Amino acid sequence: MNYLTQIGSYFIMLREIFKKPTRWRIMRTLILKEIDELIYGSLGIIIFISFFIGAVVTIQTALNLNNPIIPKNLIAFATRQSVILEFAPTFVSIIMAGKVGSYITSSIGTMRVTEQIDALEVMGVNSLNYLIFPKIIAMLFYPFAIAISMYVGIFGGWLAGVFGGFLTSADFVSGLTLDFIPFHIAYAFIKTLLFAFLIATVPSFHGYYMRGGALEVGKASTTAFVWTSVVIIILNYILTQLLLG
Amino acid sequence: MIEVRDIHKSFGDAHVLKGLSTVFENGKTNLIIGQSGSGKTVFLKCLLGLFTPEGGDICYDNKSYSKLTSDEKRDLRQEMGMVFQGSALFDSMTVAGNVQFPLEMFTKQSKSEMQDRVDAVLKRVNLIDAHHKFPSEISGGMQKRVAIARAIVMNPKYLFCDEPNSGLDPKTAILIDDLIKEITEEYDITTVINTHDMNSVMQIGEKILFLKDGLKEWEGTKHEIFKTDNEAVTGFVYSSELFKKVRQMYIEERN
Repeated sequence: MNYLTQIGSYFIMLREIFKKPTRWRIMRTLILKEIDELIYGSLGIIIFISFFIGAVVTIQTALNLNNPIIPKNLIAFATRQSVILEFAPTFVSIIMAGKVGSYITSSIGTMRVTEQIDALEVMGVNSLNYLIFPKIIAMLFYPFAIAISMYVGIFGGWLAGVFGGFLTSADFVSGLTLDFIPFHIAYAFIKTLLFAFLIATVPSFHGYYMRGGALEVGKASTTAFVWTSVVIIILNYILTQLLLG
Repeated sequence: MIEVRDIHKSFGDAHVLKGLSTVFENGKTNLIIGQSGSGKTVFLKCLLGLFTPEGGDICYDNKSYSKLTSDEKRDLRQEMGMVFQGSALFDSMTVAGNVQFPLEMFTKQSKSEMQDRVDAVLKRVNLIDAHHKFPSEISGGMQKRVAIARAIVMNPKYLFCDEPNSGLDPKTAILIDDLIKEITEEYDITTVINTHDMNSVMQIGEKILFLKDGLKEWEGTKHEIFKTDNEAVTGFVYSSELFKKVRQMYIEERN
């Protein structure tokens, strides 16, 4: 019953976010600030993780495809498919649920604890719109980060594959273009956009409606990460079934 | 003027406000006192519109809050200023940014007009030199003064303060009390202060409302509180030896 109440509250919150918008002059500044915090500030970790994940996927695939009759370019094919379909959109989103999500929950939660949200409400500001709407808009730029992640992941795979002696550069490029289906990119970006919305709103919900003090802010951050991850995983399954099944 | 008529507020099984009625007049500092758990904060949050009472009504200059639309409620809130117990300043903004925030949100003033207004209110609270400092860089007393400046920058009709003296040394507490009283008279606003500080009661209590178990136990002025025989009030206000002696001296002086 408690879960149903929470889900209901989440959807009521979503409706309230889009009511009584904050002035564009102020909103513009907030959106730019959030793009800097949420997207630009995450590029470093996204690039780092993607590079090594791509490299590891290539090495693992190469080590498991050791039958001489299997063409080497399948290593690159497998790397491309893994990185574009799952590792970049889903794996990186789980990482972002931890990095960005905990930042969102703790910053909004701290504002709740220190009565800054009450101060906004008393002034007549729609605090949900003021705090969460800029995050949702900023996260619309998340697919750009995922595009970088895909590129860097495949680049990491190429480096590991070629310099590790598993396949030649020509084989890798051949594998990359093998049976390429452009819709897979669209599928990845559709997923990414929906995950971006979840990463912006689920942690915001946990921060905004938290009660208590500093300890509860920490607990809310953890809960937000768990729930964002769970919802991303479930949604990933549903979307994969709907779009590729 | 704020008129409170028989308001009730519960949280689950806990009936916190049990039919509270009172009137807070313009240009006066109205104090709400009472023991912890008596319903003071809930009452203040009902006055601010942060909690919705289940029964009764609150009228702001004869406008019934319960009959207002949600847009009218937001408009009314723009006529309210609030000083929170912990100041509730926005950490990411400077002192000037905090004070300017309501102007940016709700007025169409130019940047220079806003800056003039911010300068004026910061000067009023003696903080003209703290413009570019962040809340974390100033003392608790200064934070309270910034909170007061932010609360009055829109020329509110109603000013609410939740324990404005908590965590302050006695000298700074008196400064804050005096500042609130002066602003109340200067702007002719209705000020409601939730406090535990008996110095404030004696200093600025033009009307004092004593709550007990969610009900109005007593109300009167700071002069009347010396003479009252209400045991709950005397037990609370004169719980310290110092205030017992002050009361005794006051009564002897009057006799």
